[in-house]
Order: sequence, then structure tokens, then C-alpha cells
Amino acid sequence: MTTAHESETVKMQTTVKPNSLADVAQAMRAPGTRAIGTGLETRGIHAWFGKHHALSNISLDFAAGTVTALIGPSGCGKSTFIRTINRMHEFIPGAAMAGEVLLDGKDVYAPGTDVTKIRLQIGMVFQKPNPFPSMTIGENVLSGLKLAQLKVENKDELMQECLERAGLWSEVKDRLGAHGGSLSGGQQQRLCIARALAVQPQVLLMDEPCSALDPGSTLRIEDTIRHLSETMTIIIVTHNMQQAARVSDYTAFFLSEGGPGQMIEVAPTSDIFSRPQDERTENYVTGRFG
Amino acid sequence: MSSVVTAIPTKPWKASKRERAIDLSVFITALVTSYVFVGISAMKGKLAYFAIFFLAYALFTSIFKARQRGSAAAKDAFINSLVAIGAIVTVIPVFSILVTVLHKGLPGISFGLFTHDMALATPTDPLNNGGLLHAITGTLTLVCIALVLSVPIAILTALYLTEIKGRLSGPIRFLVQAMSGVPSIVAGLFILSAILYPITKAYSGLMGALALTILMIPTIARTSEEVLNLIPNELREAGTALGGTQWRTVAMIVLPAAKSGLITAIILGVARIAGETAPILLLTGGGDRVNPNAFNGPMGSLPYYIWKSFNAGSPEAITRAWAGLLVLIGLVLILFTFARLLGSRKASK
Amino acid sequence: MSTQEIQIPLPREITTEPRRSDKVFRGVVTIGGLSSLVLLGLIALFLGYRGFEILRQEGIGFITHSDWSIATDDAGNVIDSHFGLAAMLVGTILCSLIAVVIALPISVFSALFLNFYAPGWLKKFLITIIDMMAAFPSILFGIWGFLVLMPSIEYWAKLLHRYLGFIPIFDMQVPVFTRSPFVAGVVLAIMIIPIITSVSREIFSQAPLDRIQAAYALGATRWAMIKAVVIPHGRSGVIGGAMLGLGRAMGETVAVFTVLNIVFQINWQMLLGAGGNVASLIILKFGDASPYEIKALMAAGLVLFLLTLVVNGFANLIVKTTGKSGR
Repeated sequence: MTTAHESETVKMQTTVKPNSLADVAQAMRAPGTRAIGTGLETRGIHAWFGKHHALSNISLDFAAGTVTALIGPSGCGKSTFIRTINRMHEFIPGAAMAGEVLLDGKDVYAPGTDVTKIRLQIGMVFQKPNPFPSMTIGENVLSGLKLAQLKVENKDELMQECLERAGLWSEVKDRLGAHGGSLSGGQQQRLCIARALAVQPQVLLMDEPCSALDPGSTLRIEDTIRHLSETMTIIIVTHNMQQAARVSDYTAFFLSEGGPGQMIEVAPTSDIFSRPQDERTENYVTGRFG
Repeated sequence: MSSVVTAIPTKPWKASKRERAIDLSVFITALVTSYVFVGISAMKGKLAYFAIFFLAYALFTSIFKARQRGSAAAKDAFINSLVAIGAIVTVIPVFSILVTVLHKGLPGISFGLFTHDMALATPTDPLNNGGLLHAITGTLTLVCIALVLSVPIAILTALYLTEIKGRLSGPIRFLVQAMSGVPSIVAGLFILSAILYPITKAYSGLMGALALTILMIPTIARTSEEVLNLIPNELREAGTALGGTQWRTVAMIVLPAAKSGLITAIILGVARIAGETAPILLLTGGGDRVNPNAFNGPMGSLPYYIWKSFNAGSPEAITRAWAGLLVLIGLVLILFTFARLLGSRKASK
Repeated sequence: MSTQEIQIPLPREITTEPRRSDKVFRGVVTIGGLSSLVLLGLIALFLGYRGFEILRQEGIGFITHSDWSIATDDAGNVIDSHFGLAAMLVGTILCSLIAVVIALPISVFSALFLNFYAPGWLKKFLITIIDMMAAFPSILFGIWGFLVLMPSIEYWAKLLHRYLGFIPIFDMQVPVFTRSPFVAGVVLAIMIIPIITSVSREIFSQAPLDRIQAAYALGATRWAMIKAVVIPHGRSGVIGGAMLGLGRAMGETVAVFTVLNIVFQINWQMLLGAGGNVASLIILKFGDASPYEIKALMAAGLVLFLLTLVVNGFANLIVKTTGKSGR
């Protein structure tokens, strides 16, 4: 759908970890680098549930091809924040928001925007695996195409590619006709990732994708995330700080001190865990509270 | 935090002015189309306007969406209008019924209606002769007897299902549901065959009330079961842990906690049977004078009065029937509103 | 003199001896709970007992023939009689099927509207209206249907006949459009719409939220989401709701009697003004029936009772199993 998949597959140089947004932008401009959009920016995001002010003034940039982890104690607005990005926030009655979410420089909340297109470009993986039980494994992978009525020529290839990228192909290739519910929890979650990949999003939002899974499955999914980050922008909400340290390039720390949730600090992940600037961040990452 | 935030909550997903204007213009175009179409084609009547208007609206919105956002959005818009039609078609009869009953029934309503019976009048007489006092007292008598008989049985059934939870709970729940599907005429025939023919051998209010009891039990029992299931188990455990017997726990904790819900259930049961006609026709004999004795002699009631007037056929009689319907529906709506108010008060607690 | 052997104790048996008040309480409640069983049994028993003579005399012909006639001599003794319900049964099934065919799509659409389209205030308002409609007495639907609705339905029946007359069920030889099974079917449809709507609404509202969100997150439109998540989840529940409506339509008496012209002849032409209905037959014949004919009516009541019992039983089973499995 975008130019992303028309171009040749050229691996980004992942051996050198980008240290700043400028580095990434530089990497993006480098000749031969795979074009995966110009990233996602949020400008002064606020969110309300009725009168309750849940999230205040979040401005964050997500460079293309990076993994950003959002950490913080429960109820600090991390999930609300990522749900404003793909416009899932508005399903809650009484919800309101302020600010801008810019995808490739265009505001996803601009009047006249087709919200279904936005959700095709910004995929989402939920906390609990939720494959469609009435569909087979194969149908689940392609369900996004069916839901959005997108036409694809070689469905089987796409299905295999998505399952491979989600790290599930070898486990299910012999039983693609089985129902999605017959898989284990970890496999179901990877199926949900494959399903999100099939519509070829630029950005993938993951809302605590491993919190309902066992440690083995968690590691496999983290593996998948690292691979996926070569071709897309990933934002992951997690309660597990080791996970944030393992998978992410950047980490943002959210905190609610009685009032609305705020972003305390954002930095490259190694900095957040080794030399946080804010005392509250330090207290949190060292386990002194939360 | 120290930083002062002056953001205003907005809802960017709400329809903008431009989108509203487009919607409105599509609406008007569809309206004009239906008007023109009915004008030039052979189709006539209110229903034709209605049908063509909705077809046109559904078509125009989906064409518009198709041009703007493609086929998936077009299908969505088409279904949107279809679903709205479903809801409108569902409620149209209600408004038509209410308007008709008010329109045709009001001319037949007078003060005399509530102070006279039909002992000295026939349905075809001028409207100022006779009234429906006998029918109102009769219906109230029938409902009261049915209440006295059905409430204990229904509540006991609900208590069996929620408190005792015996081995028979499954089958009994199933049977109560099956019983709510028993046609009212069958209930009437049953009382006829089991009590009226072998025992009393005469029409009376009591016979009608017995049939109504059978129809009322499942309604009350099912709603009460739902209400009692909402009472948190902790309350029961608290009662038992304080040393109360099950009987005392139920009587002093569970039932009082469920009181307003149970009253709602009972009112809904009454609303269900107040206008029941078929068994009344078989069992009460339908007298024309006020009969305070439910055990002896034919007893009039609103449905019987409506039925008799409607079948008499003259304009006066039809007006009587509508007036009777107006009174009956007024009664049902008052009961219904009471049940709603009680129900919502409980929900808001 | 203690032995060193350790004795492994047997598990103690725990017995509870309820107080007398509880025994009485449980006894009374159980008796009350059994009342529905007893009542249903008694209904079948008494109707069967009263109608037994006729059922034995007519045999299977009671539901396969469609004569209904009694010949008596001058003294009032019955010389010859024929009782057959076939026309009435066909009419009952035809009318209630028409009702379900009309009511089902409308109800499903309005249930979808209530759950997924209507804003909160409108939803509350519509649910109240629909619940209220379910509490309207059937005689009201009958009289309203006869005096207000029938002229419109007649007009639409004529259109159906003119343009779709080549289909056998829309065909007719004598142009009598009033008081037809179609009219009765439309009135019944209006009566059962609230039932099917509320059952469907209930089932749809149990559709799992996480899958709904997953569908939206994949870029689904509202309709695509409903097709992928809500319909597979609620399909069998809706069928159960439709059967509940069918059962109600089959047992309806007064409303059908008011709008239907009852004829003792099997008629599948739904637009023709001649139909049958078991419940209406009972009302029609009851007024001047001899004790002998009453027995036949009792037998007819038994047939109707069993028919609705089976339909309702199936419906409740379907609704219950979908409600539980949560798929």
C-alpha cells in the first residue's frame, strides 16, 4: 500500500544502535535504506474520560524503524496514550482529547480523515490474545484484508510471510485450517501479530502484549519485535522493565501523581536505565516504588 | 505539576459542520426524489413515500461514500441506513397505535363512562348511555385475585431456583420458560376442563382469574429469578455466618434487599395479563352490571367490553371499543411506568 | 501402654442437620418450585382427558383432515361428526411463518441499531418503547390491525400479487385481499418484533469486546466488524429468538381472530382472504358449541399446547446454550 513493500528489501544497519532521533533520520536518508515512512509525532496530547483528565500534554516523536517502550505504574495513561494514536480512544463514551497525532506529517484527527485508513496504517496488538474464534488460522491472518475489503493477489504468499515475520510459520504451517482457538496463548498472540502485519502497517502499537503469557512465549515475542523493528515503527507498553531494556531503542517514563498522567522523561533506553535525569524515574527503574 | 496546562477537550471524531451539511443535503435530495417518484409513478400512499425515501437515502449516501472512501465505506453507509430503517419500522407501529387510540378513543371518554355500567344499555346505544364501570371494577377484581394467587407461587419458584438450587433447578427453570409460552387460550381451556365443567359449572370472575394466574406465574417467576440472582452472595454468607438459619437469612436479608426488583416483576406480570382477552372470553361470562362477587355470576372486564363493543359493529359501538382500549392502555402504561421507575431507582443505587 | 503405631484417621463425615424452621422453609419453597411442573402436567392431562373421545374417534385424521361438521337430529343427538384440524394447522403455520419472515430482519436490524449505532439517550428511549410494545394487549393489535393497518396491507398485497403473482404463494384466483393470512402475518410480525429484538439485543451485547476492538484496530468499518465478530457470535441466539417469536405467533388468539377470515379448507395462497388458526377456531366455535363439540375443541387445544411447547422448548434450549458458551 505504501512504497514500503515495493522497494527492495534492504536491511537497516541495526549493528549500530541509533542514539538520537537525528541519527535515525540520518540513517533514513542514507542511500539504499528501506523507506518506511517518516515516522510518527504526537503534539501536546491530552485525553479525558468524561470530566476525568487522564493524560496531560504528551509530545513524543517516534522515528521510523525504532522501538519505543512506554513504562510506568498502572493508571498513568500509557494505554490511553497509544489508543489516542490509532483513534481507538474515541470508542469510550464520554471520551475527549486535545492535541495532534501526525503520521507522515498529516494529522490523523484532521476533519475528513478516513479513520479506517488510519487504523490500517497504525496496527495494534492487545494485552489479551484475541484471534477470531470463528475463523481458521489462515483466515485470521488475512482477516484484516477481508475486514477492510483490500484486494491482494497472492494471498498464500502474504499469509506465509506474515506468519514467518511473527515467528509462527514453522509451528502452524501444517494446520492452517485449524481454528485460532486451538493454539496456545503465546501462539495466539503471535497469530494476532501476524494478523496485524497482513495489512502492512507503518506503525505497530503493542499494549502489554506479553502480560498474559508465560516467560518462554514472552521471549519469542520479544524476538519477533526485534525483527519487526527493521521494517516498522513499534511502540510497546510494558510493565516489565527488563523487557523494555531488552527490546526498545527508546524508553519513555509515564507517571501520574494524583492528577493526569504525564511523561516524566524520554531517552535512549540505555540512558533511562543507567543514568536517568529525573529522580522519579530513578526511583521507578530501581524498584523503589511502583 | 507546576506547568499550567490550558488544553481544551475536543472530540475530533464527531461529525464536522461540513459533514452535517452533506448529510442534510443527501436527506433533502432523498426526500425530493421520493416525492417526485410517487408523483410520476403508479405507486401511491404513505408507505410508498416512506419506502422510496429510504431507498433513495441509502443509495445516495452509499454512492457518496463510495466516491469519497471506496467500496467498504459504501457498504458500511448502506447498512447504516438499513439498520436505521429497522429501528424506525420497529417503533412506527407503537406511535401509530398510540395516536390512533388517542384520536379515536378520546371522543368516547366522558365522566359518565366511569360511573355507569352497561346494565341498561347496549353497545349500539348513543354514547351517553351506559359506561364501563363494571368493566373497570371487573378487571381490577380479576387482577387482584390473580395477584394473590400467583405472587406466592411465582416467588417461591424463584426462591427455589436461586436459594435452594436443588437437583430440579435445571428442569424447573426450563419448565417455567416453557410455561411462559403457553398460549392464553390453552390456559383458558384448561381451567374450563379442570374446574369450570366438573366443579363450579358456572361462569365467574374467579375462573378468569385462575387462568390469568397461570399466565402470570412464569412472567413474575422469571423476572424475580433475575432480580434475586443480582443479590450478591456475600450478603447470604454474611447472614449465615452470623448464625442465621437459611429461612431467616432469606426473609430478613435477601428478600428485603430485592424488594423493589420484586415489585417491578409483579407489576410487569400485571401489565402482561391486564389486557388478556382469550381466556376471559371463555371463562368469565362477561356480565354487563357491576358484580362485586367474584365467586358467583358473570363478571365484566375491559377486554370483554372492548371485544363485545367491537363486534357489535355500529359507529357508536366502535367508539366505545376505542374508548375502552384507551382506558386499558392507560392502565397498562401507568403500570409499566411504575415498574420502570422502580427499576431505574434500583439501578441508580 | 501406648503403641508407637500411627493411626491414619478416616476422613470424618460431615453432616448438617438443618433446624426445623429451615426444613419447613425448604419444603415449602420446593413445593412452590414444583408448581410449574404440576401445572404443565395438569394442562396436558385435563385437555387430553376431555378430548380423548374425539381423538380416539378421529385418530390421525384429527390433524390430517380439514372437515369440521356435526350433524344432529331434532332431539339434539349427534348423528354424525367430523373433526379435522389440517386447515387450521396449515393456517397457523403459514401465518406464523409469514410473521417470522417479516419480523426477523427488522428485529435483527433494530437490535444492531440499539447496540452499535444509537447514541446512549436514543438507545434508552427505544428500549423503553420496545418493552412497552411487548406489554400492549393483543386485542389492541387486533383492532388496530383490522381498522388501521388492513387498508395499507391490502394495497401492498395487491402490488405483490400483480408483480410477483407468478410465484405460487403470491398467486390467487379470487381477488379477495382482505382478512388474508398475509394480513394476519403482518399483525403477528408487529407483535413479535419486540420479542425477537430484545433477545437479539441481549445476545449481541454479549459479543466479546476484545474481538470487537481487534476488528476495529485492523481497519474494519462498523459493518465489517459486525459481520466478522457480532454475527458469528450471535447467530444461533437470534435463531432461538426467532423461534420464541414463532411460538408466540402460533398461540396468538384474539389478534388473529380479529383480522383473519377462517375457512375450513387448506389454503397456501397467503394473499387470499381465507385462512385458519387453531386458537381462533376455539374462539370461533366456543360460543355455540355443544358439549360434544367442546370435547373436540379441547383436543384442538391439546394439539396447540403441544405444538407451542415443542417450539418454545427448542427456542429456549438454543438461546440458553449460546448464552453459556459465549462464542
